[in-house]
Amino acid sequence: MVEFFQQMINGISLGSIYALIALGYTMVYGIIRLINFAHGDIYMVGAFIGFFATTVLKLPFFPAFLMAMAGCAVLGMIIERIAYKPLRHAPTITLLITAIGVSFLLEYGMIWAMTPQPRAYPNLLPTYQFNFSGLIVSVQQLFILVVALVLMVLLHVLVQYTKAGKAMRAVSYDKEAAALMGINVDSVISYTFALGSALAGAAGLLVGVYYNRIDPLMGIMPGLKAFVAAVLGGIGIVPGAMVGGLLMGVAEALVSAFLSSTYRDAVAFAILIIILLIKPAGLLGKKTQEKV
Amino acid sequence: MLSVQGINVFYGKGIHALKDLSLEVGQGEIVTLIGANGAGKSSTLNTISGLVRPRSGSVVFRDMDITKLPAHKIVEAGLCQVPEGRRIFANLTVQTNLELGAYLRKDKAAIARDMQRVYELFPRLAERKQQPAGTLSGGEQQMLAIGRALMSQPQLLMLDEPSMGLAPLLVKEIFRIVQEINRAGTTILLVEQNARMALSIAHRGYVLETGRVVMTDSASVLAEVDEVRKAYLGG
Repeated sequence: MVEFFQQMINGISLGSIYALIALGYTMVYGIIRLINFAHGDIYMVGAFIGFFATTVLKLPFFPAFLMAMAGCAVLGMIIERIAYKPLRHAPTITLLITAIGVSFLLEYGMIWAMTPQPRAYPNLLPTYQFNFSGLIVSVQQLFILVVALVLMVLLHVLVQYTKAGKAMRAVSYDKEAAALMGINVDSVISYTFALGSALAGAAGLLVGVYYNRIDPLMGIMPGLKAFVAAVLGGIGIVPGAMVGGLLMGVAEALVSAFLSSTYRDAVAFAILIIILLIKPAGLLGKKTQEKV
Repeated sequence: MLSVQGINVFYGKGIHALKDLSLEVGQGEIVTLIGANGAGKSSTLNTISGLVRPRSGSVVFRDMDITKLPAHKIVEAGLCQVPEGRRIFANLTVQTNLELGAYLRKDKAAIARDMQRVYELFPRLAERKQQPAGTLSGGEQQMLAIGRALMSQPQLLMLDEPSMGLAPLLVKEIFRIVQEINRAGTTILLVEQNARMALSIAHRGYVLETGRVVMTDSASVLAEVDEVRKAYLGG
């Protein structure tokens, strides 16, 4: 029983990282119907920005954290401006292939610039562990959980209650109608990329701290899993990405503990296949009925 | 107030949707564009709104050349369109739809006052404030689309087929409200297939055929012209 709860805790902290990445997928999909396959690589760049902020610039955790978020926000906006914006009226498949291209560019650009060698992340957080009668919770895990939760609450408030958030939802529903309201659709798309990428940057640094090890291809697998998490929750739905991410993390932790860690990556794709078969709109997705 | 001069619009390579189209709308008027499906009525409104770019010609609104302005800047200039098919944000509440209409405004007190006015104009919307707009009936959605446009405080309101898909009684109601909005000082450019209704409330009209203006006169004269009666008024 202790083992089960232990794995739940591990799963939730891993899952909150997936959730942060999944949010970016889902926000970008919601606004321009693009699966941004470069998103996992933006997370990788976030980990590297955090690495340089702490090793070269010797910054403590929070300034490095903000720097990773800001750096990724800018990177996301640049990618959107250069790679996706010129394709605004192109077929979806063109956009998708471009996204894969951007992904390769980031991965191999970083290998070229940083070498493919993994780097050891500095210890930014205390390594203290709490022991609740056998249940071990590290300070890092608590930190990840709290930071992820705070970011998700902030995002939720932003999307639901602010003018910018309402504009995002309007653009996501109907771009032309939004433009007829005086909303600058291009800038809304741009800041959606900025927000999603900033969350990925946050996740990148948190993972660096958690696993102590980063490399230029580290974004591939978490990127794919976060994508599955977004689909699981219902792509385009912000709370769906949060739920999907947490479920993915827990499923992965439980499978590697009680079945075999060989299957920890397979479980993500098994979940993807099952959800597409039985509830393709995702857990929180529903077929909206509209009167005409 | 609005002056469209010789605009040409093309879709893709071959389709010449608007051919040297010119029209004028004066302050305080209700002007209607009538014509068959595909005559270019919606293309005209979308060109004025900046959703479609003309290859040549110009659109001038209150002495400002808006031909090349992006759509959101044109709203800022005081020109708002209620698009064909209403295009409300079905996933958002009635209230949020109206708030988005006032997106460019910062005067909170005046926005609240205008929202109150919209609810007075359309009491049924007031009852449904917190409902997702997608659950409204067709007539209510049209009212919401008009209310949402009014929230931007337009000098000139353009309506594209407001009667589409509505029961005759509702059509009457909508046209009565359009007249009321006009009396309160908003200039109206109205696109309609229901030419009879449109000509009954408009001051002047333009008849469009395959992207050209083929006739223009006061609404009362147009309603009596044989060609118009035969083609659009059912004899």
